[in-house]
Amino acid sequence: MCGATAGGVSLEGVDVAKESVIQGIVTRARADGNSEPVGNAYVRLLDRTGEFTAEVPTSVTGHFRFFAAPGEWTLRTLAPKAEAVEKKVIAQRGVVAEVAVAI
Amino acid sequence: MSRETTLVTADWVEQHLDDPSVVLIEVDEDTTAYDKGHIKGALKLDWTTDLQDQVRRDAVNREQFAALLSERGVKNDDTVVLYGGNNNWFAAYAYWYFKLYGHQDVRLLDGGRKKWELDSRELTEDVPTREATTYTALEQDKSIRAFRDEVVAAIGVKNLIDVRSPDEYAGRLLAPAHLPQEQAQRAGHIPTAGNVPWSKAANDDGTFKSDEDLKQLYTEAGVDWDKETIAYCRIGERSSHTWFVLHELLEDTSTKNYDGSWTEYGSLIGVPIVLGDEAGVA
Repeated sequence: MCGATAGGVSLEGVDVAKESVIQGIVTRARADGNSEPVGNAYVRLLDRTGEFTAEVPTSVTGHFRFFAAPGEWTLRTLAPKAEAVEKKVIAQRGVVAEVAVAI
Repeated sequence: MSRETTLVTADWVEQHLDDPSVVLIEVDEDTTAYDKGHIKGALKLDWTTDLQDQVRRDAVNREQFAALLSERGVKNDDTVVLYGGNNNWFAAYAYWYFKLYGHQDVRLLDGGRKKWELDSRELTEDVPTREATTYTALEQDKSIRAFRDEVVAAIGVKNLIDVRSPDEYAGRLLAPAHLPQEQAQRAGHIPTAGNVPWSKAANDDGTFKSDEDLKQLYTEAGVDWDKETIAYCRIGERSSHTWFVLHELLEDTSTKNYDGSWTEYGSLIGVPIVLGDEAGVA
């Protein structure tokens, strides 16, 4: 699981050229210094005003994905026994923006 | 209705896990979520196959709903507790169905699956078996369901609440941002509809805000409590969440859910649409 690659679940059937994809993986640091994917986190997408736009649970491999519109967004990640983490991301049409979230 | 008779806490559910008169039912947008773990004893309802007619675009009818609950082993006098992902969107949608067909005692688990998971409470993969029953559904309660003609006639007359995200309301997005955006219908919102995203009614952990905060939220958004209210979203599930808040928690019994929502309205020929952040005029 620790070797999970960026990208996660397949985009097969989705016309990526028409979408502004934001996706990534949520990981948690382990005591041994390595990190592991978090499969029970919730990632929410906030718009440029901070308003909630969408939320997804992470997959067992820690992955999440949004189909946003072009512009600046914020990802806010909630997970059991962790503080919420916020990260800003720019979405562009036809581009898959990859975001790594460490909790 | 009120918070005491329509909502239960996670602690309440844990105390009633072995109570034979309580039936837990999970309903998710991601219909595979249940299979990866659910609350002990919970049944699953699949909103795409169990709650929607499989030929025409409509809710299952009275006979289909009765057959569904009979087959799943739900009795008319059971206390049904619904929960699910997406901050209970689809659980609220199912709740609205149970009320549409006259079930007496139905409740939502406050916070749904997310709160349960964030609390690190136990999930199981064991699927319960229940003996079939003979469930009786009543005629649809049309006082909680709005259809398109009523919605068009409500422009500038009733409170219309668009509960989608601001970018969907303005027409910058066509669907919630966890779904692909390419859609057949036009973007925008119904003229005069205020935008009160469903999420404003919920805390981060998915639980509902206090009655005082909720009342203030809709009042500040311009809801006239002397008028009837219709809530809509894209397919009627997020607006079920807001319908629950207005009709069940705040006891505004004039509130209806427009389950045709934007996928219907945005596909109608000739109806008015407003683009941008302003509500627009009738």
